Amino acid sequence: MNPINDLIKQLTEQHGRKRESLLPILQGVIEQEKYLSEYAMIEIARAMDLPTAEVYGTATFYSFMEHRKAGTYIIRVCKTITCSMKGKNQILQTIEDMLKISLGETTPDGRFSLLQTNCLGWCHKAPAMLINDEVFTDLTPEKVREILKTFLQTTQN
Amino acid sequence: MSTKINININGIALEVDQGKTILEAADQAGIIIPTLCYHKDLCIAGNCRVCVVELIGQKRLSAACATPCEEGMEIRTNSLHVRNSRKHIIELLLSEHRAECTSCYKNGNCELQKLASDYKIVTQDFIPLAQQKKYTIDQFSPSILKDDSKCIRCQRCVRTCAGLQGVNALSVAHKGDRMKITTFFEKAITEVVCTNCGQCINHCPTGALVERNYIEEVWDAISDPELHVVVQTAPAVRVGLGEEMGFPPGERVTGRMVEALKRLGFNSVLDTDFTADLTIIEEGTELLERLKKTLKEKDPSVKLPMATSCSPGWIKYIEHLYSDCLEHLSTCKSPQQMFGALVKTYYAESRSLKPEKIVSVSIMPCTAKKFEAARPEMHASGYTDVDYVLTTRELAIMIKQAGIDFAKLPESSFDRLMGQSSGAGVIFGATGGVMEAALRTVYELVTGREVPFEKLNITPVRGSEGIREACIKIENPQEGWEFLDGVELRCAVAHGLVHAKQLMDQIKAGTSPYHFIEIMACPGGCLGGGGQPIPTNPEIRAKRTEAIYAEDEEMPLRKSHENPEVLLLYKNFLGHPLGKKSHHLLHTSYIERNRY
Amino acid sequence: MAFDTYLLKRADFIFKDEEDWKNILTRTLKLPPNAIINELMSSELKGRGGAGFPTGLKWKLTAEAPGNEKYIICNADEGEPGTFKDREILTLVPHKVLTAMAVCAHVIGAQQGYIYLRGEYKYLVEQLNQAIDEFHTICQSLGCQFTIRIFLGSGAYICGEETALFESMEGKRGEPRNKPPYPTQVGYKNCPTVINNVETLAHAFTIFKYGAKKFYDLGVQYSRGSKLFSVSGDTPKPGIYELELGMSLEDFVNEFGDGDTKAVQVGGASGFLVPRKKFKATAIGYKGKLSGISLPTGGSMMLFNSSRSMYNVLDNYLEFFREESCGQCTPCRVGCQQLYQGIKAVKRGEKPAGYLDKLLKLTETMKLTAKCGLGQSVANSFSSIVENFREEMIY
Repeated sequence: MNPINDLIKQLTEQHGRKRESLLPILQGVIEQEKYLSEYAMIEIARAMDLPTAEVYGTATFYSFMEHRKAGTYIIRVCKTITCSMKGKNQILQTIEDMLKISLGETTPDGRFSLLQTNCLGWCHKAPAMLINDEVFTDLTPEKVREILKTFLQTTQN
Repeated sequence: MSTKINININGIALEVDQGKTILEAADQAGIIIPTLCYHKDLCIAGNCRVCVVELIGQKRLSAACATPCEEGMEIRTNSLHVRNSRKHIIELLLSEHRAECTSCYKNGNCELQKLASDYKIVTQDFIPLAQQKKYTIDQFSPSILKDDSKCIRCQRCVRTCAGLQGVNALSVAHKGDRMKITTFFEKAITEVVCTNCGQCINHCPTGALVERNYIEEVWDAISDPELHVVVQTAPAVRVGLGEEMGFPPGERVTGRMVEALKRLGFNSVLDTDFTADLTIIEEGTELLERLKKTLKEKDPSVKLPMATSCSPGWIKYIEHLYSDCLEHLSTCKSPQQMFGALVKTYYAESRSLKPEKIVSVSIMPCTAKKFEAARPEMHASGYTDVDYVLTTRELAIMIKQAGIDFAKLPESSFDRLMGQSSGAGVIFGATGGVMEAALRTVYELVTGREVPFEKLNITPVRGSEGIREACIKIENPQEGWEFLDGVELRCAVAHGLVHAKQLMDQIKAGTSPYHFIEIMACPGGCLGGGGQPIPTNPEIRAKRTEAIYAEDEEMPLRKSHENPEVLLLYKNFLGHPLGKKSHHLLHTSYIERNRY
Repeated sequence: MAFDTYLLKRADFIFKDEEDWKNILTRTLKLPPNAIINELMSSELKGRGGAGFPTGLKWKLTAEAPGNEKYIICNADEGEPGTFKDREILTLVPHKVLTAMAVCAHVIGAQQGYIYLRGEYKYLVEQLNQAIDEFHTICQSLGCQFTIRIFLGSGAYICGEETALFESMEGKRGEPRNKPPYPTQVGYKNCPTVINNVETLAHAFTIFKYGAKKFYDLGVQYSRGSKLFSVSGDTPKPGIYELELGMSLEDFVNEFGDGDTKAVQVGGASGFLVPRKKFKATAIGYKGKLSGISLPTGGSMMLFNSSRSMYNVLDNYLEFFREESCGQCTPCRVGCQQLYQGIKAVKRGEKPAGYLDKLLKLTETMKLTAKCGLGQSVANSFSSIVENFREEMIY
């Protein structure tokens, strides 16, 4: 059996099979897989006795629920006003140059995806970004390079 | 008694039941409020905002469809604010809609077009958005075309697919400017759980969802002198077609329809009701076989309840969502497909025609029939059994194109062979009809007496309740049926697939108390089918239902097993029910399909 | 000090004195619900998420609503651009919020509370859960069976709208519902529900601790108490500040501006942009008898200096709304797209300058007809920017 089935089984046992558990279950799968595959959504729908299209429709409503294959590390750079004023574009440029991908892409080795996001709630320390759930603020191109270096090193091992 | 409250609409004082919406109250006062996302068949969405009205004392406007009346409420449905906002909203919808009306299949029957006309939206200088989004039309399905560039996101289709049908092939996905109505992972309709029932088409206000039409193909066939074009018409068409021709709902136009078909140039105008009667013989016999095997021979492999199989939307539904219950389905083909198989065999032989020169057309209240005709197994005759399926709406278009003044037509009769039918065949068009027709025959076969209902009208299975039940006790059966003595034959009828789900869940749980169930995919049965005239709503369907039963009562024959042409068919061609030839031509099998 | 009408007054309640939350909880839970409601009502505390509904009344209506199952939900879906105070409250003084939730549960008769935490703050879950565990232990020792769980969002601004938040918690798309009915009658799982902003609950704690009067004495008429302000943009001291309500924007800019402040966005992207010439006449508080303009706010204060293009600012907001609209209602879904593309078309010369007036009228329609606060409030920033900086939109 596909390991996702085990994960879904465990998540439905933890959260229950009622509709109100759908988001926690989707989040649980994303936590592990980084995105929701077709297969995962079908199996979640089956486990919760929900229509698959409804699962898809719900998941795609939420910006953090990727349904295309995403990297181990999803970088989300805040693009809302203050971050935008404080140099968001340079941050993006720096990341693109370092990882050799464009916005919206995933590195060929599947380690990093680069996305933008709306206000992260760190406007007083703009620009800000998330790498998975971790927040990085007061970014400068130098700081971003340092951060990415650490990630690159840890994942190479 | 419900509590009354007092309100005032446009200066008219009004007493309404508590809980009524502003829209309902306005209707009561004879005031029309325009709507788009609102539909009598569906739950309230309140999202198009076309129905906004002004409430005195409130800053913002309120959606009339979604706002309940309150004591002392003062409502203005035509104030300056309301008019300006409404025009703005229509203009916004037009900017999101590929408003190329003259090349649209729904031209002339589009609710958005009508609103644009009513409100004279002559300035349309918002930026056209639909064109930017590079939508492609989903045209892979033999039944349904989906064009997102014409979609106005009213979600009527989604609420239909979920609320009326419980299919949920369509869903709202994404948000903001990317929000759209789509399928699981935006797959083509052919790849998903869609049953092709076409209810989304019936409920779509624009041209975003329409039937795939075969009008030109049929004209081509008719125009080819080499070809013999046979047409069959389903029972529900004769009680719906009139609406397309300017008659009020519920007008029976059988004779005019037959005459119109003859004038269109069909070589032979025949009746699906004939194979409806045939279906009853085959299906009734099958039911008795199953009862015998279960009750007498105690064969555990035989599945009860047996479910009817005439509704192709229902068939695809069970294949997707209850694929472990397929053995409950009767193996009988639908009347359309029985007809198709016989046209290119029995009919061809009898009329000394080459089957390859026969084009078999059917006029159906249904879009799922288009898919059914295209199923690969539907080639029992050695050819495509049914070549083209047209909806009631497409037939209406052909009649108009041919310049036929429908109201002035004389009445005409179906041709023979395969044109004769009984009232039992007619009522196939209404929910409960197959059940009633089957009971008329089965009961009489077993007991030798007519069903114990006044005028043969089995009223418990009639009506508009989502699920209805009937129980008929069999007493003093004829020789050979002793095992049924004292048996209470328990039946249930469901229409609208959301109700089918309830019966199927019982079967799945092993708690189904029934022997025989009838399921029709569409609300009201075929008369409310996805190929019937638009608009549809409970009142219109009730009128069509009355018409069906009136047609039945007027028929000289009321029971399928008394149809002389059917008896002749067995005598000259098929042999006996469930026989070898029947099995080959009239029965089919089902497949398991994916769950999404 | 030139004048004293709208003095900028710092306050310091929210981020201190959390340690005695157990005493406050014990003490307040012993009070009859009515007494608590009266205390809140007399404090004149209004919702700090931005809408400003009287908190005491909200609790009262929910308490009186028929139903055995009721809920208290803390709205921590802090998504308004320029707002970051709720995160800080949950980081530094979570027990204040939890205490106020338990008191609310006591008042309305709820067994279960939730914190709807935006997905962007997921990193907070662990420490917040520790606080909740500790809190549960104390609750149980007080014989209170009330429990709190975190419900995590997943990136959708609209879920801050209370009925969209319920939908989201019910496992659905976060689409706002038709109102009425209101949450006090029909909320989460169709049960009567109190939904309060994080900061509102923290202020409720202050009121339970010091009494209504202490809170009421802060601020000005109709705008009582203090408020957290999230200050960002062109300011030498960005951060979170607790200030009394009712100050003039001029005093605010004097305190937080960089000396070159051209405009201030009050209330985030869904709020108003105030140009320099109106600083003096603008007060920060709820509509009331204050002379001049008074602007309510969820606390987002973004300062722009003269190096900033107001066109770019508006463009950024509209991109935000275009993406974050739930998409269900016509005026908001299509309206946001038209505004976003419309100002671009004017800027590029594809539409005449007069097209801006058509767009202004469109925002009026959006304000009148949109289903929820999102679509209704896009007009705020749009009209205040376009009307005050029209040239920047065109050239």
